[in-house]
Amino acid sequence: MTNALLTGLVLGGMYALIAMGLTLQYGVARIMNLAYGEFLIGSAFASYFLFTGWAVNPLVGLIVIVPISFVISFLLYKIFLTPLVRRARTRDALEVDSILATFGLMFIVQGILLTMFGGAYFSYSFLAIPVTIVGEVLAMNRLVAFALAVVLGTVLYLLLTRTRIGTSIRAVAVDPASAPLVAINVPQLSALAFAAGGALVASAGVLISMFLTFSATSGVVFTMKALIVVVMGGIGNLMGCLVAGVLLGLSEALVATYIDPGLTIAVNFALFLGVLLVRPAGIFGKVAR
Amino acid sequence: MTGTRFLIGAVGLPAIAGLAFLPTLVDAYHLALGITLLQFTILATAWGMFSGPTRYVSLATTAFFGVGAYTVAVFGEQMPWPLVLAVAALIGAVMSAIVGLATLRLSGVHVVIFTFGLAEQVKQRVVWFEVNKSRVLGRYIFLDISQQDIYWQLLALAVIVFATGWLIARSRLGFALRIIGEDETVAKHCGINVTFAKVALFVISAVFMTLVGAIMAPRWTYIEPSIAFNATISFEVVIMALLGGAHRFWGPALGAIPLTLLFEFLSARFPSTSTLIMGVVFLLIVYALPAGVVGLVDRMRMPRRSSATEGSAA
Repeated sequence: MTNALLTGLVLGGMYALIAMGLTLQYGVARIMNLAYGEFLIGSAFASYFLFTGWAVNPLVGLIVIVPISFVISFLLYKIFLTPLVRRARTRDALEVDSILATFGLMFIVQGILLTMFGGAYFSYSFLAIPVTIVGEVLAMNRLVAFALAVVLGTVLYLLLTRTRIGTSIRAVAVDPASAPLVAINVPQLSALAFAAGGALVASAGVLISMFLTFSATSGVVFTMKALIVVVMGGIGNLMGCLVAGVLLGLSEALVATYIDPGLTIAVNFALFLGVLLVRPAGIFGKVAR
Repeated sequence: MTGTRFLIGAVGLPAIAGLAFLPTLVDAYHLALGITLLQFTILATAWGMFSGPTRYVSLATTAFFGVGAYTVAVFGEQMPWPLVLAVAALIGAVMSAIVGLATLRLSGVHVVIFTFGLAEQVKQRVVWFEVNKSRVLGRYIFLDISQQDIYWQLLALAVIVFATGWLIARSRLGFALRIIGEDETVAKHCGINVTFAKVALFVISAVFMTLVGAIMAPRWTYIEPSIAFNATISFEVVIMALLGGAHRFWGPALGAIPLTLLFEFLSARFPSTSTLIMGVVFLLIVYALPAGVVGLVDRMRMPRRSSATEGSAA
């Protein structure tokens, strides 16, 4: 039981981190990014090659990979998604367009990864040292990943709530139409939020590559889980991400331990529907917008 | 109006009759191509039937297609063929009704997320069931159904899809859907049961997808979850419908034909990079042809027609 709870907590922390990036992209920039998981896998591969090719510690690799991902996501938004934002007459129209565009992007990134690495599964062994916590054995790499996820989440939370730019970003999330009235540059901040989301998912990819096996096509599952967490927690809400992410991780670990590891996705969706039938706007979401 | 309808009949009936004789004229390769063309025409039209008027992007085509194929794999040898198809249609209907009732009361985003994961979820459940309960992963389908039979069944189904679409457009349901498509709040105030209309349409479209999967199943003699629930099908269907233009009933079929030929060519010439090229084609369509070929045609015809007559003719 303790083991299942600990595994679930670590897993939930990772889900929460992944979802925080998406909540920035979707909640602020209004881009529902279906290629999100592909970026996670992309940075997992980058970390794999840094580690096996040049023996770069993944934690050092973060310093390289995260800024690069930030720039890539920023350019992606500026060049590739801005035309869609301009074209869209309403928020709903942008949503449909962004779903379609990133759905195509998902296959492009997946196609590139497949041509480069094939369909095989990859993993590497880093910090695979057993550690005992409250009588249960856990791998060191999972704990380090969890600790870093907590740090990143806290930093993001403080940035968004304590700084001027963070407050502006939250203002855009709440009401993009009124934000320009108080001299907020919405297109610029949207690009920034999208890029920050990209940086977050890259860091999550590096952390996950330390303890999970991955393949060129496993991004879809992460996109799916991130979307579930974001919508379940309430779009654009960081606390919602945390609560929903941990909820998802715990339920998955419990089902995998006591029922069957093959039913985790079914549990994800059952939880998703259960929450949404009670609270259609998510746990922390506000109904009237 | 009556003139054009007569014209459609005059062209359509001989065309269907001609297509029905195709298997006796062409070789095995072209017959297989014809089957693929019909398959995607039906899938794309069924997709457009739901997603066109409601503007919900459904990514669940594969889930229903796979369920149909799997029904045949499980029951194919135990029952007569029409009964197998009926069972497949029933399972598809029940599954889509559950999914529809659960998600369609929420907003479009929930539909996308749920349908995005539906194929994976159904696949996981089938694998779980096969591993734990029936103890076989992968089944053989030995049915006495030839390629010609598959072709004729698909052709019949295609005719039924178009007939159904035409009937829906003329029914109360079709009228309700047009109002919902224009403005959902207004539709609610007119006393239209919005959820019922959407779920009904979702179920009808899903039944067609399930039937396509069931009819196609005998083509593979061996079937396993990763073959039946292949995510590329959902993807291809969405591109085809978009290229044609999902807001018109005939649009998806117009997109299905050229893209099926293109993908056929790509998978033969560039097997390793076909995913990448498909993604690029998809993006080109999203950016260059947001309303599809049909939208392009409409725009070219626009100057001659006023917007009022356009609206009533739609």
